[in-house]
Amino acid sequence: MITSASQQLRASYAFIERNAYLVKRYWSWELVWLAYSIANSLSVSYIGLGMERIAGQTIDGRQLVLYLVVGTLVWRYLSLIFYWITDVIALERWEGTIEYTLMAPIHRLTHMAGQTAFAVTYSLLFTGVILAVTVKLFQIDLSSANLVGATLVMLSGSLSFIGVGIVGSILPLLFPERGAQMTHVIIALLLLVSGVYYPVEVLPQLLQKIAVVSPATYVLEGTRSALLDGLPTLQLWTFVRPALIAGGIAIPIGLWIFGLTERYAKKTGKLHRNG
Amino acid sequence: MDEIAIHVQDAYKVFQKGSDFPWKRKNGRESSGPVVAVDNVSFDVGVGEIFGVLGPNGSGKSTLVRLIATLLLPDRGSIKVFDHDVVRESMAVQRLINRVSVEASFFKKLSPMENLSYGARLYGLDIRQARLQIRAILDRLGLEHSSIDKPVEEMSRGMQQKVAIARALLTRPAVLLLDEPTTGLDPRSKREVQSLVRELRDQDGTTMLLTTHDMVEADTLCDRIAIMDVGRVVALDTPEKLRTFVSSQNGNEPTLEDVFLELTGKILLNEENNV
Repeated sequence: MITSASQQLRASYAFIERNAYLVKRYWSWELVWLAYSIANSLSVSYIGLGMERIAGQTIDGRQLVLYLVVGTLVWRYLSLIFYWITDVIALERWEGTIEYTLMAPIHRLTHMAGQTAFAVTYSLLFTGVILAVTVKLFQIDLSSANLVGATLVMLSGSLSFIGVGIVGSILPLLFPERGAQMTHVIIALLLLVSGVYYPVEVLPQLLQKIAVVSPATYVLEGTRSALLDGLPTLQLWTFVRPALIAGGIAIPIGLWIFGLTERYAKKTGKLHRNG
Repeated sequence: MDEIAIHVQDAYKVFQKGSDFPWKRKNGRESSGPVVAVDNVSFDVGVGEIFGVLGPNGSGKSTLVRLIATLLLPDRGSIKVFDHDVVRESMAVQRLINRVSVEASFFKKLSPMENLSYGARLYGLDIRQARLQIRAILDRLGLEHSSIDKPVEEMSRGMQQKVAIARALLTRPAVLLLDEPTTGLDPRSKREVQSLVRELRDQDGTTMLLTTHDMVEADTLCDRIAIMDVGRVVALDTPEKLRTFVSSQNGNEPTLEDVFLELTGKILLNEENNV
């Protein structure tokens, strides 16, 4: 039993090490992606400074910049996790290694745990670099921000995005040719309803109701409260709790759906077709 | 046969060809109907035996290998590896097997060492021991030392296939599924692989199921050969006995190729006559 558990743990590390090798080998792509992400975050944040001119009235532009900066950072972090998890299949479709990996004697939980550990570490580091550049450029004062609390909120929010990512990863399994592109729909819908760049109150009633069940809503509100208002860590529990509950529901459901889909793919011969 | 390594009983696999979407399949243009890939196939492979499967393209050889490798689920029948059912006890089967396919599927930017380390971790091997073994196996297969740390994409097709074979050998499987392992290799590399196959059986007692188009390879390596056509086994015996299926022509002893053409050709003719 212990041997089996230790073997599964070792197998889980296979995905962490493999992804680290891939990042190292694709280093030029990583630089391009980082430059794109920084430019993207900055261009959204500059809207805050531009609002005074656009609206033609006095607005606290600095506060608006902070609001948007937090939105872009949290969203970059959560979407990176989502994409790394969906890559559990999409990447192997691309490389043609999917049959080899799915033939290995490992539990799907082991498989996902390794991919998840890497996804969270990578996303934290990547977002950290964007945060450093943004803080420097906008001269943001984080002296009263609760950075530890913000990280805790983001980590608790990761769980639900891991679950959603596992569900998203079934698309490349079901649709070898276009499945990877289909995953963008999920992230776009979450972006719309979660209040990334605006308060959810401005949304139509129907979308506001959907926002209640989006874990990103709580992660964004919690991170803003920690960074902008410096809310103490204990008081952040209001945001952490729903994010943890969402994760506790999303991960088992995701694994269950993935298991069903893998069985369907083995039944219909979809593992073999490389997209 | 003292002990059975692979038991295949009435295995049947059918694929629905056409669109991914069931409503599109109703359209005559999109659907090409069901294709029976493996049609009530039965055979046993003894422990330590090299069992060949010969057949023209589309005869069901690779589907049969994928069924044994737990990458496809049979629609009917039963397949067992050392008494473990490939559907109900897939993880136990996965621990006993490995597979080399005709496509040497790798993470192309990663080196042989990185790809094989990933494989070693997936199978729960001690990584320090595994890295020593990787070098030894690649050395045995004649891979240049300088290639071990270069990206796989920079290697020739033959070299990539050797790395694929090394990956399978690394886990020391009790059953090795070789799906056209020498396709695309130059004559010298082909001979090296063939001698390795013999060595594996003689030294480790590895059971091997080998699919190939190369009649000479099948003749010299295999203890018994099954000839498949349109999903069915049309003949199964030792190479010597198979040769007695056809009469000598022009005073020359019949070759395995003569047997193959005679059996698969006859089947095709009969089917055309039945239409």
